[in-house]
Amino acid sequence: MAESENIVVETAEKIFADLADVQAVTSDKTGGWKAPLWQALTEAGLPLSWVSEDCGGAGASLADGFGVLGAAGRFAIAVPLAETMLAGWLLAQAKITSPDGEMTVAPASPKDRITLNADGTLSGRARGVPFAKAAKHVAVLASGANGWSIALVDASKLRIEAGLNLANDNSDVVTFDKVSPVTIKPAPKGFDQTALMLMGGVVRSLQIAGALESMLDISVRYSNERVAFEKKISKFQAVQHNLARLAGESAAALAAATSAADTINDDSSFDDDAVFLETVAAKIRCSEAAEKGGAIAHQVHGAIGFTIEHILHRYSLRALSWRDDFGSESYWAVELGKRVAARGADDLWPLVASR
Amino acid sequence: MTAALRFDPIRLPPKCEELRKEVRAFLAEEIAAGTFSPFKPNREDTDVPAFSRKVGERGWIGMTWPKKYGGHERSFLERYVVTEEMRVANAPTRRFFVADRQSGPVLLKYAPEHIKADILPRICAGELCFAIGMSEPNSGSDLFAAKTKATKTDGGFLINGTKIWTSSAHIADYMIALFRTSPPTKENRRHGLTQFLVKMKQPGIKVNPIGQITGQFEFNEVVFTDYFIPDDHVLGEIDGAWKQATSELAYERSGPERFLETYYVLTELVRAVGNNPDTRAAEGIGRLVAQVHTMRRMSVSVAGMLHAGKEPVVEAAIVKDIGTVWEQQLPHRVRDLAAFVEEDVGNRETLEKQLSFAIKTAPKLTIQGGTTEVLRGIIARGLGLR
Repeated sequence: MAESENIVVETAEKIFADLADVQAVTSDKTGGWKAPLWQALTEAGLPLSWVSEDCGGAGASLADGFGVLGAAGRFAIAVPLAETMLAGWLLAQAKITSPDGEMTVAPASPKDRITLNADGTLSGRARGVPFAKAAKHVAVLASGANGWSIALVDASKLRIEAGLNLANDNSDVVTFDKVSPVTIKPAPKGFDQTALMLMGGVVRSLQIAGALESMLDISVRYSNERVAFEKKISKFQAVQHNLARLAGESAAALAAATSAADTINDDSSFDDDAVFLETVAAKIRCSEAAEKGGAIAHQVHGAIGFTIEHILHRYSLRALSWRDDFGSESYWAVELGKRVAARGADDLWPLVASR
Repeated sequence: MTAALRFDPIRLPPKCEELRKEVRAFLAEEIAAGTFSPFKPNREDTDVPAFSRKVGERGWIGMTWPKKYGGHERSFLERYVVTEEMRVANAPTRRFFVADRQSGPVLLKYAPEHIKADILPRICAGELCFAIGMSEPNSGSDLFAAKTKATKTDGGFLINGTKIWTSSAHIADYMIALFRTSPPTKENRRHGLTQFLVKMKQPGIKVNPIGQITGQFEFNEVVFTDYFIPDDHVLGEIDGAWKQATSELAYERSGPERFLETYYVLTELVRAVGNNPDTRAAEGIGRLVAQVHTMRRMSVSVAGMLHAGKEPVVEAAIVKDIGTVWEQQLPHRVRDLAAFVEEDVGNRETLEKQLSFAIKTAPKLTIQGGTTEVLRGIIARGLGLR
């Protein structure tokens, strides 16, 4: 498991280890761990990592926040930390002050659209919105006659139909029926729904990469403990080779996700082809790794890893679910393929080798 | 806790981009002059001495080596740029690539001064071709089972035995080879092998070409009969070859040549589908591009970590494992997508010829320079499973 090298990430890891130990969370059927965890994260300023101090946040760097998300993946954190961070980031794009409490973002799919009406209200439907049921506010990107706007909306004004993702975390349908936002401001020039989806995709890529790191870790450990045919299963070459492949998937996800995160800074334009390639490739490759790597982790664990009591599903099912948010890998592969084709064959390598 | 895998997000520094422009301009000139065609990876004659010398003149062989041996003291990241641009252009690098990547660094580390002074500048000039003598008829992946004997004689050693699958031995000026100087011990079965510098094209060495399924003749059987090697051609410790050459392996395993071998079919597929691909072609291309991007990020990351003095041995083995598996699958995925390309696209014939060659090349990619099985064993050891 990666050791953090940074105080913000260390703080997050300590809170996760103390209050969201995966074994303890798996055993706790009441969900009683959630409130103390959220409390501690809030006191440490983590949910608003990406919000500047004058907008009510902690003012951490983008890189620190990305580090926190990797750690959140390694602990399979199931409170809306990533979503609140992303919502705070979205609001900060329009200099809107973030409120306290849990937030999420809408839309969470490139295919949904929220519309800003002429009377200043919002309409539309967003599906698969993570943790909408738990959110006090929703950060919204809406399109209107004058382009894109960013809005803060009180969640109690929304119709929210609860849904669950593969890992039983809320993934809800949120309907905006002429809702008046708390605050609404124009999005900065060049900021559009693709930008939000790409940033969301990087968030999910880092979480998936983190979950894969942990799946590799617990699979190696289990194979060194479990005995079959009178030896540790880690001594069987077939098992070793499976674990080596899992390491490859974990490595690919980590490299793609951290590289994508590294390309995003406060001035980066998501419309830049190289940034687009980095962020989209990360979502595609991490999603593929979630499938292939997760399958190996389960194979190594055998039947015990298929039980509800075991911790493996907290990583494996979340990683699989995270594929769906902010555009699936097949959606982004089509978009990337179209962009590559539009540039033409002789401009493919210059794009790949551009940084 | 399992040892953490690291892939720092390394970016190539700006001076690499200057260099990249120079390399592209050079390759464009050579293509225009007819030295090679970027569309023909399947050229029959992969050895182009004139091209090799021109690359040497540009200072792109032995880039990282000391200036006093003809090198240029540039960074591994700069060398990376040259390597990837040549690979993507299908440039004929066969004559100098092995010497540049592997043999030169071994000589730098283990050869006596007068040999370094003699040979390294000629490698840098693009004049010398090297082969690597590892595999034998009864030892491939199991390197330490090598039997070809080096028997001590006056002033040197007499070599008897056979190396096989030796790439470029038919054109090579030198080979760096592993020979048995002592039997293995009970405690250490890797003991007893010594690394030697072998001068090729001499009496006592017979090179027999072996045809490959691609139609090329790039590897060989090399038979040694009482071939004399002087004492000063021993590289490193007698009987102790097993202690040598670990860090070089990380370079050998993680370079751009480990995932770009069949890349040309992807470029040609993009050309064939045109600017407005249907959904199926777009998705297929998107997934392949996401893969090649990720492989390159991993490979650049390992290069950067090596450059910074770290030893990412497991990471390098991972790059080669998933890189070669990917470049092996690539022509088949391109074939899937090409099945729906219009019959009359202009580059259909080029694409079909390339696919046929790439599909025939594919099986060797996960065998040469360390099989997938060996690599996964190394990764497993790194994970603490062995």
